[in-house]
Amino acid sequence: MSLSIGYYPGCSGQGTSIEYEQSTRTVFARLGIALSEIPDWSCCGSTPAHTVNHVLSAALSARNLELAAKAGMETVTTPCPSCLTNLRTASHKMENEAFRAEVAELLETECSSLAEIKSTLQVLVEDFGIDAIKAKMTRPLEGLRVACYYGCIMNRPKELMQFDDPEHPMAMDNIMKACGAEVLPFPLKVECCGASAGIPRKDIVAELSGRLLDAAALLGVDAVVTACPLCQMNLDLRQSQANAARGTNHQMPVFYYTQLMGLAMGLSAEDMGLSKLCVDPNPCLKRAGVL
Amino acid sequence: MTTLKMEADSAFKAEVARRSGQDVSLCYQCGNCTAGCPYNFAYDIPVSRIMRLVQLGRRDQVLGCRSLWLCGSCQSCTSRCPNQIDVARIMDVLRHMSREAGYATERNVKVFADSFLSSVEKHGRVFEMGLVAEYVLKTGRFWTDVDLAPKMLPKGKLGFKPHNIQGAEHVARIFRRFRGEPEAAQTTGGESK
Repeated sequence: MSLSIGYYPGCSGQGTSIEYEQSTRTVFARLGIALSEIPDWSCCGSTPAHTVNHVLSAALSARNLELAAKAGMETVTTPCPSCLTNLRTASHKMENEAFRAEVAELLETECSSLAEIKSTLQVLVEDFGIDAIKAKMTRPLEGLRVACYYGCIMNRPKELMQFDDPEHPMAMDNIMKACGAEVLPFPLKVECCGASAGIPRKDIVAELSGRLLDAAALLGVDAVVTACPLCQMNLDLRQSQANAARGTNHQMPVFYYTQLMGLAMGLSAEDMGLSKLCVDPNPCLKRAGVL
Repeated sequence: MTTLKMEADSAFKAEVARRSGQDVSLCYQCGNCTAGCPYNFAYDIPVSRIMRLVQLGRRDQVLGCRSLWLCGSCQSCTSRCPNQIDVARIMDVLRHMSREAGYATERNVKVFADSFLSSVEKHGRVFEMGLVAEYVLKTGRFWTDVDLAPKMLPKGKLGFKPHNIQGAEHVARIFRRFRGEPEAAQTTGGESK
Protein backbone atom coordinates (compact mmCIF):
# COMPACT_ATOMS: atom_id res chain seq x y z
CA MET A 1 0.00 0.00 0.00
CA SER A 2 1.33 3.42 -0.77
CA LEU A 3 -0.24 6.57 0.55
CA SER A 4 0.75 10.18 0.14
CA ILE A 5 -0.63 12.98 2.25
CA GLY A 6 0.08 16.60 3.22
CA TYR A 7 1.61 17.15 6.64
CA TYR A 8 1.24 19.90 9.25
CA PRO A 9 3.75 19.27 12.09
CA GLY A 10 2.65 22.04 14.49
CA CYS A 11 4.96 24.25 16.55
CA SER A 12 5.42 21.99 19.57
CA GLY A 13 6.85 19.32 17.25
CA GLN A 14 9.80 21.66 16.73
CA GLY A 15 10.43 21.87 20.48
CA THR A 16 8.72 20.30 23.47
CA SER A 17 7.26 17.35 21.53
CA ILE A 18 10.20 16.76 19.21
CA GLU A 19 10.07 13.01 19.97
CA TYR A 20 6.41 12.86 18.80
CA GLU A 21 7.41 14.55 15.55
CA GLN A 22 10.43 12.31 15.09
CA SER A 23 8.59 9.06 15.86
CA THR A 24 5.59 10.03 13.69
CA ARG A 25 7.77 10.73 10.68
CA THR A 26 9.87 7.60 11.16
CA VAL A 27 6.88 5.30 11.70
CA PHE A 28 4.95 6.72 8.73
CA ALA A 29 8.01 6.28 6.51
CA ARG A 30 8.38 2.68 7.67
CA LEU A 31 4.71 2.04 6.90
CA GLY A 32 5.18 3.52 3.43
CA ILE A 33 3.00 6.58 4.01
CA ALA A 34 4.68 9.62 2.43
CA LEU A 35 4.21 12.84 4.39
CA SER A 36 4.82 16.08 2.49
CA GLU A 37 5.18 19.07 4.77
CA ILE A 38 3.11 22.16 3.91
CA PRO A 39 5.65 24.64 2.55
CA ASP A 40 6.31 27.51 4.96
CA TRP A 41 3.51 26.52 7.37
CA SER A 42 2.79 28.83 10.30
CA CYS A 43 1.24 28.50 13.77
CA CYS A 44 -2.51 27.66 13.91
CA GLY A 45 -2.92 30.09 16.83
CA SER A 46 -3.70 27.24 19.23
CA THR A 47 -5.86 27.94 22.30
CA PRO A 48 -4.77 31.58 22.76
CA ALA A 49 -6.09 32.64 19.34
CA HIS A 50 -9.56 31.12 19.68
CA THR A 51 -9.95 32.57 23.16
CA VAL A 52 -9.26 36.05 21.75
CA ASN A 53 -11.27 36.06 18.52
CA HIS A 54 -12.68 33.45 16.12
CA VAL A 55 -11.87 35.33 12.91
CA LEU A 56 -8.23 35.82 13.96
CA SER A 57 -8.02 32.15 14.91
CA ALA A 58 -9.52 31.03 11.60
CA ALA A 59 -7.18 33.30 9.60
CA LEU A 60 -4.07 31.89 11.32
CA SER A 61 -5.30 28.36 10.64
CA ALA A 62 -6.64 28.93 7.12
CA ARG A 63 -3.31 30.32 5.94
CA ASN A 64 -1.98 26.78 6.22
CA LEU A 65 -4.95 25.07 4.59
CA GLU A 66 -4.68 27.50 1.70
CA LEU A 67 -0.91 26.98 1.32
CA ALA A 68 -1.57 23.22 1.28
CA ALA A 69 -4.28 23.53 -1.38
CA LYS A 70 -1.96 25.72 -3.50
CA ALA A 71 0.72 23.02 -3.21
CA GLY A 72 -1.78 20.52 -4.62
CA MET A 73 -2.59 18.77 -1.35
CA GLU A 74 -6.22 17.67 -0.96
CA THR A 75 -5.78 16.27 2.51
CA VAL A 76 -3.41 17.21 5.29
CA THR A 77 -2.72 15.32 8.50
CA THR A 78 -1.40 16.53 11.85
CA PRO A 79 -0.30 14.67 14.99
CA CYS A 80 -1.43 17.51 17.30
CA PRO A 81 -5.09 17.58 18.47
CA SER A 82 -4.93 21.30 19.21
CA CYS A 83 -3.80 22.10 15.65
CA LEU A 84 -6.40 19.63 14.39
CA THR A 85 -9.22 21.38 16.25
CA ASN A 86 -8.20 24.83 15.06
CA LEU A 87 -7.72 23.83 11.44
CA ARG A 88 -10.99 21.85 11.35
CA THR A 89 -12.92 24.61 13.11
CA ALA A 90 -11.58 27.15 10.62
CA SER A 91 -12.74 25.17 7.57
CA HIS A 92 -16.07 24.36 9.19
CA LYS A 93 -16.82 27.98 10.09
CA MET A 94 -15.62 29.21 6.70
CA GLU A 95 -18.46 27.31 5.03
CA ASN A 96 -20.42 30.38 6.12
CA GLU A 97 -19.89 33.02 3.41
CA ALA A 98 -19.91 36.04 5.72
CA PHE A 99 -17.37 34.45 8.06
CA ARG A 100 -15.18 33.40 5.13
CA ALA A 101 -15.19 36.99 3.85
CA GLU A 102 -13.99 38.27 7.23
CA VAL A 103 -11.17 35.71 7.27
CA ALA A 104 -10.23 36.50 3.67
CA GLU A 105 -10.02 40.18 4.63
CA LEU A 106 -7.37 39.42 7.29
CA LEU A 107 -5.51 37.00 5.03
CA GLU A 108 -5.67 39.26 1.95
CA THR A 109 -6.33 36.16 -0.15
CA GLU A 110 -9.38 34.59 -1.81
CA CYS A 111 -9.60 31.58 0.55
CA SER A 112 -11.34 29.84 -2.33
CA SER A 113 -9.60 26.52 -1.88
CA LEU A 114 -8.67 24.88 1.42
CA ALA A 115 -7.20 21.43 2.06
CA GLU A 116 -9.04 19.01 4.35
CA ILE A 117 -7.43 18.13 7.67
CA LYS A 118 -7.45 14.96 9.75
CA SER A 119 -5.43 13.46 12.57
CA THR A 120 -2.53 11.08 12.01
CA LEU A 121 -4.49 8.64 14.18
CA GLN A 122 -7.40 8.78 11.72
CA VAL A 123 -5.08 8.24 8.74
CA LEU A 124 -3.56 5.19 10.42
CA VAL A 125 -6.91 3.64 11.35
CA GLU A 126 -9.07 4.56 8.36
CA ASP A 127 -6.67 4.94 5.42
CA PHE A 128 -3.93 2.50 6.34
CA GLY A 129 -5.86 0.05 8.51
CA ILE A 130 -5.33 -1.90 11.71
CA ASP A 131 -4.63 -5.19 9.89
CA ALA A 132 -1.95 -3.54 7.73
CA ILE A 133 -0.37 -2.10 10.88
CA LYS A 134 -0.43 -5.53 12.51
CA ALA A 135 1.33 -7.01 9.48
CA LYS A 136 4.27 -4.63 10.02
CA MET A 137 4.96 -5.71 13.59
CA THR A 138 8.20 -7.59 14.11
CA ARG A 139 8.69 -7.16 17.87
CA PRO A 140 5.27 -7.33 19.57
CA LEU A 141 4.95 -5.48 22.87
CA GLU A 142 3.84 -8.63 24.69
CA GLY A 143 3.82 -8.16 28.42
CA LEU A 144 3.42 -4.38 28.28
CA ARG A 145 0.24 -3.21 30.01
CA VAL A 146 -0.92 0.22 28.88
CA ALA A 147 -3.74 2.73 29.31
CA CYS A 148 -4.59 4.78 26.22
CA TYR A 149 -5.34 8.41 27.00
CA TYR A 150 -6.81 10.42 24.11
CA GLY A 151 -7.18 13.81 25.75
CA CYS A 152 -10.25 15.97 25.56
CA ILE A 153 -10.35 17.29 22.00
CA MET A 154 -9.09 14.49 19.76
CA ASN A 155 -12.68 13.36 19.17
CA ARG A 156 -14.84 16.18 20.51
CA PRO A 157 -17.16 17.71 19.61
CA LYS A 158 -18.21 14.79 17.44
CA GLU A 159 -20.02 16.90 14.82
CA LEU A 160 -16.70 18.63 14.12
CA MET A 161 -14.22 15.78 14.47
CA GLN A 162 -16.27 13.02 12.81
CA PHE A 163 -13.91 10.30 13.90
CA ASP A 164 -14.09 7.56 16.52
CA ASP A 165 -16.34 7.83 19.58
CA PRO A 166 -16.47 11.15 21.49
CA GLU A 167 -16.72 9.50 24.93
CA HIS A 168 -15.14 6.11 24.39
CA PRO A 169 -12.63 6.30 21.54
CA MET A 170 -10.87 3.07 20.50
CA ALA A 171 -8.44 4.08 17.70
CA MET A 172 -5.34 4.09 19.90
CA ASP A 173 -6.50 1.05 21.90
CA ASN A 174 -6.79 -0.89 18.64
CA ILE A 175 -3.39 0.25 17.40
CA MET A 176 -1.75 -0.71 20.70
CA LYS A 177 -3.47 -4.13 20.58
CA ALA A 178 -2.18 -4.56 17.02
CA CYS A 179 1.29 -3.83 18.45
CA GLY A 180 0.80 -6.71 20.88
CA ALA A 181 0.37 -4.64 24.06
CA GLU A 182 -2.20 -5.47 26.71
CA VAL A 183 -4.62 -2.53 26.72
CA LEU A 184 -6.60 -1.97 29.89
CA PRO A 185 -9.93 -0.10 29.79
CA PHE A 186 -9.10 3.42 30.98
CA PRO A 187 -12.17 5.22 32.33
CA LEU A 188 -10.67 8.74 31.99
CA LYS A 189 -9.78 8.42 28.30
CA VAL A 190 -11.22 11.81 27.33
CA GLU A 191 -11.01 13.76 30.60
CA CYS A 192 -8.99 16.99 30.33
CA CYS A 193 -5.39 17.04 31.67
CA GLY A 194 -5.44 20.78 32.40
CA ALA A 195 -4.36 21.71 28.89
CA SER A 196 -2.60 25.04 28.50
CA ALA A 197 -3.04 26.07 32.16
CA GLY A 198 0.39 24.57 32.90
CA ILE A 199 2.23 27.86 33.07
CA PRO A 200 -0.37 30.33 34.39
CA ARG A 201 -2.22 27.95 36.77
CA LYS A 202 -0.07 24.87 37.39
CA ASP A 203 -2.26 23.99 40.41
CA ILE A 204 -5.04 23.12 37.96
CA VAL A 205 -2.80 20.91 35.83
CA ALA A 206 -1.42 19.20 38.95
CA GLU A 207 -4.95 18.32 40.07
CA LEU A 208 -6.36 17.19 36.71
CA SER A 209 -3.26 15.35 35.51
CA GLY A 210 -2.87 13.92 39.02
CA ARG A 211 -6.34 12.36 38.78
CA LEU A 212 -5.38 10.74 35.47
CA LEU A 213 -2.15 9.35 36.92
CA ASP A 214 -4.04 8.00 39.97
CA ALA A 215 -6.53 6.21 37.73
CA ALA A 216 -3.77 4.72 35.55
CA ALA A 217 -1.85 3.56 38.64
CA LEU A 218 -5.03 1.98 40.08
CA LEU A 219 -5.45 0.00 36.87
CA GLY A 220 -1.94 -1.32 37.38
CA VAL A 221 -0.62 -0.36 33.95
CA ASP A 222 3.09 -0.08 33.12
CA ALA A 223 2.62 3.11 31.09
CA VAL A 224 0.17 5.66 29.73
CA VAL A 225 0.00 6.17 25.97
CA THR A 226 -0.90 9.59 24.56
CA ALA A 227 -1.51 11.27 21.21
CA CYS A 228 -1.20 14.94 22.23
CA PRO A 229 1.88 17.09 22.95
CA LEU A 230 0.13 18.98 25.74
CA CYS A 231 -1.27 15.84 27.43
CA GLN A 232 2.12 14.16 27.25
CA MET A 233 3.91 17.18 28.70
CA ASN A 234 1.40 17.61 31.53
CA LEU A 235 1.51 13.93 32.49
CA ASP A 236 5.26 13.40 32.05
CA LEU A 237 7.20 16.64 32.59
CA ARG A 238 4.73 17.88 35.22
CA GLN A 239 4.29 14.50 36.93
CA SER A 240 6.68 15.61 39.69
CA GLN A 241 4.53 18.72 40.29
CA ALA A 242 1.36 16.58 40.47
CA ASN A 243 3.11 14.27 42.93
CA ALA A 244 4.26 17.18 45.09
CA ALA A 245 0.84 18.89 45.08
CA ARG A 246 -1.16 15.77 45.84
CA GLY A 247 1.16 13.72 48.03
CA THR A 248 1.55 10.88 45.52
CA ASN A 249 4.65 9.13 44.29
CA HIS A 250 3.86 8.12 40.73
CA GLN A 251 6.69 7.05 38.45
CA MET A 252 4.48 6.44 35.44
CA PRO A 253 6.13 6.46 32.00
CA VAL A 254 4.10 8.40 29.41
CA PHE A 255 4.67 7.52 25.75
CA TYR A 256 3.45 8.90 22.46
CA TYR A 257 1.62 6.07 20.69
CA THR A 258 3.96 6.43 17.71
CA GLN A 259 6.97 5.65 19.91
CA LEU A 260 5.50 2.30 20.94
CA MET A 261 4.43 1.54 17.35
CA GLY A 262 8.01 2.14 16.24
CA LEU A 263 9.47 -0.14 18.92
CA ALA A 264 7.02 -2.88 17.92
CA MET A 265 8.11 -2.42 14.30
CA GLY A 266 11.72 -3.04 15.31
CA LEU A 267 12.85 0.59 15.26
CA SER A 268 15.39 1.61 17.88
CA ALA A 269 14.86 3.49 21.15
CA GLU A 270 17.03 6.25 19.70
CA ASP A 271 14.92 6.50 16.52
CA MET A 272 11.86 6.87 18.73
CA GLY A 273 13.43 9.60 20.89
CA LEU A 274 12.84 7.67 24.12
CA SER A 275 15.59 9.63 25.87
CA LYS A 276 13.43 12.77 25.54
CA LEU A 277 10.86 11.38 28.00
CA CYS A 278 11.15 12.63 31.58
CA VAL A 279 9.94 9.61 33.54
CA ASP A 280 12.38 6.85 32.57
CA PRO A 281 10.55 4.34 30.34
CA ASN A 282 13.40 1.82 30.23
CA PRO A 283 12.48 -0.23 33.34
CA CYS A 284 8.97 -0.98 32.08
CA LEU A 285 10.20 -1.78 28.56
CA LYS A 286 12.87 -4.11 29.95
CA ARG A 287 10.36 -5.82 32.23
CA ALA A 288 8.11 -6.36 29.23
CA GLY A 289 11.05 -7.67 27.22
CA VAL A 290 10.70 -4.95 24.59
CA LEU A 291 14.18 -3.48 25.04
CA MET B 1 -16.92 43.49 48.43
CA THR B 2 -17.95 44.17 44.85
CA THR B 3 -21.29 45.66 44.06
CA LEU B 4 -23.00 44.12 41.09
CA LYS B 5 -25.49 45.75 38.80
CA MET B 6 -28.40 43.35 39.13
CA GLU B 7 -30.92 44.58 36.57
CA ALA B 8 -31.43 42.40 33.50
CA ASP B 9 -29.58 43.39 30.35
CA SER B 10 -31.48 41.76 27.50
CA ALA B 11 -29.02 43.16 24.94
CA PHE B 12 -26.32 41.05 26.61
CA LYS B 13 -28.21 37.79 26.10
CA ALA B 14 -28.93 38.75 22.48
CA GLU B 15 -25.27 39.60 21.83
CA VAL B 16 -24.09 36.27 23.25
CA ALA B 17 -26.66 34.45 21.11
CA ARG B 18 -25.66 36.34 17.97
CA ARG B 19 -21.90 35.95 18.41
CA SER B 20 -22.03 32.28 19.41
CA GLY B 21 -24.81 31.24 17.05
CA GLN B 22 -26.40 29.42 19.99
CA ASP B 23 -29.91 29.71 21.42
CA VAL B 24 -29.15 30.42 25.07
CA SER B 25 -32.85 30.06 26.01
CA LEU B 26 -32.70 26.32 25.33
CA CYS B 27 -30.79 25.74 28.57
CA TYR B 28 -33.15 24.29 31.20
CA GLN B 29 -30.55 23.98 33.94
CA CYS B 30 -30.12 20.20 33.99
CA GLY B 31 -26.55 20.73 35.24
CA ASN B 32 -24.98 18.09 32.97
CA CYS B 33 -22.31 20.57 31.83
CA THR B 34 -21.26 21.34 35.39
CA ALA B 35 -21.35 17.66 36.38
CA GLY B 36 -18.81 16.84 33.67
CA CYS B 37 -16.71 20.02 33.87
CA PRO B 38 -13.15 19.09 34.96
CA TYR B 39 -12.41 22.72 35.86
CA ASN B 40 -15.40 23.15 38.17
CA PHE B 41 -13.23 22.74 41.27
CA ALA B 42 -11.32 25.88 40.29
CA TYR B 43 -14.30 27.95 39.02
CA ASP B 44 -15.92 30.79 40.96
CA ILE B 45 -19.18 30.31 39.01
CA PRO B 46 -20.08 26.84 37.62
CA VAL B 47 -20.75 26.71 33.88
CA SER B 48 -24.46 25.90 34.25
CA ARG B 49 -24.89 28.98 36.44
CA ILE B 50 -23.08 31.07 33.85
CA MET B 51 -25.68 29.87 31.33
CA ARG B 52 -28.47 30.98 33.70
CA LEU B 53 -26.81 34.34 34.35
CA VAL B 54 -26.57 34.92 30.59
CA GLN B 55 -30.31 34.18 30.29
CA LEU B 56 -30.90 36.72 33.06
CA GLY B 57 -28.72 39.32 31.34
CA ARG B 58 -26.21 39.69 34.19
CA ARG B 59 -23.45 41.14 32.03
CA ASP B 60 -21.06 42.40 34.73
CA GLN B 61 -21.29 39.30 36.89
CA VAL B 62 -20.59 37.01 33.91
CA LEU B 63 -17.86 39.02 32.19
CA GLY B 64 -16.06 39.65 35.47
CA CYS B 65 -15.89 36.03 36.66
CA ARG B 66 -12.78 33.85 36.86
CA SER B 67 -14.32 30.77 35.27
CA LEU B 68 -14.24 32.27 31.78
CA TRP B 69 -10.46 32.49 31.90
CA LEU B 70 -9.97 29.03 33.39
CA CYS B 71 -12.16 27.08 30.93
CA GLY B 72 -9.88 24.77 28.94
CA SER B 73 -12.28 24.36 25.97
CA CYS B 74 -12.26 20.62 26.62
CA GLN B 75 -15.69 20.23 24.97
CA SER B 76 -17.14 18.08 27.74
CA CYS B 77 -20.09 20.49 28.25
CA THR B 78 -20.76 20.74 24.52
CA SER B 79 -20.59 16.96 24.06
CA ARG B 80 -22.99 16.24 26.91
CA CYS B 81 -25.62 18.98 26.57
CA PRO B 82 -29.00 17.27 26.03
CA ASN B 83 -30.18 20.30 24.04
CA GLN B 84 -27.15 20.37 21.74
CA ILE B 85 -26.07 23.78 22.93
CA ASP B 86 -22.41 24.43 22.08
CA VAL B 87 -21.64 25.55 25.63
CA ALA B 88 -17.86 25.66 25.08
CA ARG B 89 -18.39 28.07 22.20
CA ILE B 90 -20.52 30.28 24.45
CA MET B 91 -17.70 30.26 27.03
CA ASP B 92 -15.27 31.23 24.24
CA VAL B 93 -17.49 34.11 23.11
CA LEU B 94 -17.91 35.30 26.73
CA ARG B 95 -14.11 35.34 27.01
CA HIS B 96 -13.91 37.51 23.88
CA MET B 97 -16.48 39.89 25.36
CA SER B 98 -14.73 39.91 28.72
CA ARG B 99 -11.44 40.87 27.04
CA GLU B 100 -13.13 43.53 24.95
CA ALA B 101 -14.69 44.98 28.13
CA GLY B 102 -11.21 45.26 29.64
CA TYR B 103 -11.41 42.46 32.21
CA ALA B 104 -8.38 40.35 33.09
CA THR B 105 -9.77 38.51 36.12
CA GLU B 106 -7.17 35.75 35.83
CA ARG B 107 -4.37 38.05 34.78
CA ASN B 108 -1.71 35.37 34.31
CA VAL B 109 -3.94 33.40 31.94
CA LYS B 110 -4.41 36.53 29.86
CA VAL B 111 -0.69 37.37 29.90
CA PHE B 112 0.15 33.82 28.84
CA ALA B 113 -2.26 34.00 25.87
CA ASP B 114 -0.97 37.44 24.90
CA SER B 115 2.67 36.31 25.13
CA PHE B 116 1.87 33.28 22.98
CA LEU B 117 0.24 35.37 20.26
CA SER B 118 2.99 37.96 20.35
CA SER B 119 5.47 35.15 19.71
CA VAL B 120 3.43 33.99 16.70
CA GLU B 121 3.21 37.57 15.43
CA LYS B 122 6.99 37.97 15.69
CA HIS B 123 8.12 34.69 14.19
CA GLY B 124 5.19 33.08 12.35
CA ARG B 125 5.54 30.06 14.62
CA VAL B 126 5.61 29.85 18.41
CA PHE B 127 9.07 30.20 19.88
CA GLU B 128 8.57 28.39 23.19
CA MET B 129 11.62 29.77 25.02
CA GLY B 130 10.79 33.33 23.96
CA LEU B 131 7.16 32.85 25.01
CA VAL B 132 8.15 31.73 28.51
CA ALA B 133 10.66 34.60 28.80
CA GLU B 134 8.05 37.18 27.85
CA TYR B 135 5.51 35.65 30.25
CA VAL B 136 8.00 35.67 33.14
CA LEU B 137 8.99 39.28 32.46
CA LYS B 138 5.40 40.50 32.27
CA THR B 139 4.18 38.65 35.35
CA GLY B 140 7.34 38.91 37.44
CA ARG B 141 6.92 35.19 38.24
CA PHE B 142 10.62 34.41 38.00
CA TRP B 143 10.24 31.18 39.94
CA THR B 144 7.68 29.77 37.46
CA ASP B 145 8.65 26.19 36.67
CA VAL B 146 12.27 26.59 37.79
CA ASP B 147 11.85 23.06 39.19
CA LEU B 148 11.36 21.81 35.63
CA ALA B 149 14.49 23.40 34.16
CA PRO B 150 16.85 20.59 35.25
CA LYS B 151 14.44 18.08 33.64
CA MET B 152 13.99 19.98 30.40
CA LEU B 153 17.33 21.51 29.55
CA PRO B 154 19.35 18.30 29.23
CA LYS B 155 16.67 16.90 26.88
CA GLY B 156 17.48 19.56 24.31
CA LYS B 157 13.78 20.14 23.71
CA LEU B 158 13.74 23.88 24.19
CA GLY B 159 15.31 25.63 21.25
CA PHE B 160 17.25 28.80 21.96
CA LYS B 161 16.54 30.25 18.55
CA PRO B 162 13.16 30.93 16.93
CA HIS B 163 12.13 29.17 13.70
CA ASN B 164 11.56 32.17 11.51
CA ILE B 165 9.57 31.40 8.39
CA GLN B 166 9.46 33.21 5.07
CA GLY B 167 5.81 34.09 5.57
CA ALA B 168 6.39 35.65 9.00
CA GLU B 169 5.47 39.06 7.61
CA HIS B 170 2.22 37.66 6.18
CA VAL B 171 1.36 36.29 9.64
CA ALA B 172 2.29 39.60 11.28
CA ARG B 173 0.02 41.40 8.82
CA ILE B 174 -2.92 39.15 9.86
CA PHE B 175 -2.48 40.49 13.39
CA ARG B 176 -2.14 44.12 12.29
CA ARG B 177 -5.25 43.93 10.11
CA PHE B 178 -7.10 42.25 12.99
CA ARG B 179 -6.22 45.22 15.22
CA GLY B 180 -7.28 47.59 12.47
CA GLU B 181 -3.86 49.19 12.19
CA PRO B 182 -3.24 51.16 9.00
CA GLU B 183 -1.21 49.46 6.28
CA ALA B 184 1.36 52.24 6.65
CA ALA B 185 2.46 50.41 9.81
CA GLN B 186 4.26 48.03 7.47
CA THR B 187 7.95 48.61 7.56
CA THR B 188 9.21 45.64 5.61
CA GLY B 189 6.75 43.80 3.36
CA GLY B 190 7.24 42.62 -0.18
CA GLU B 191 7.49 38.93 0.70
CA SER B 192 5.18 36.39 -0.83
CA LYS B 193 1.90 35.68 0.90
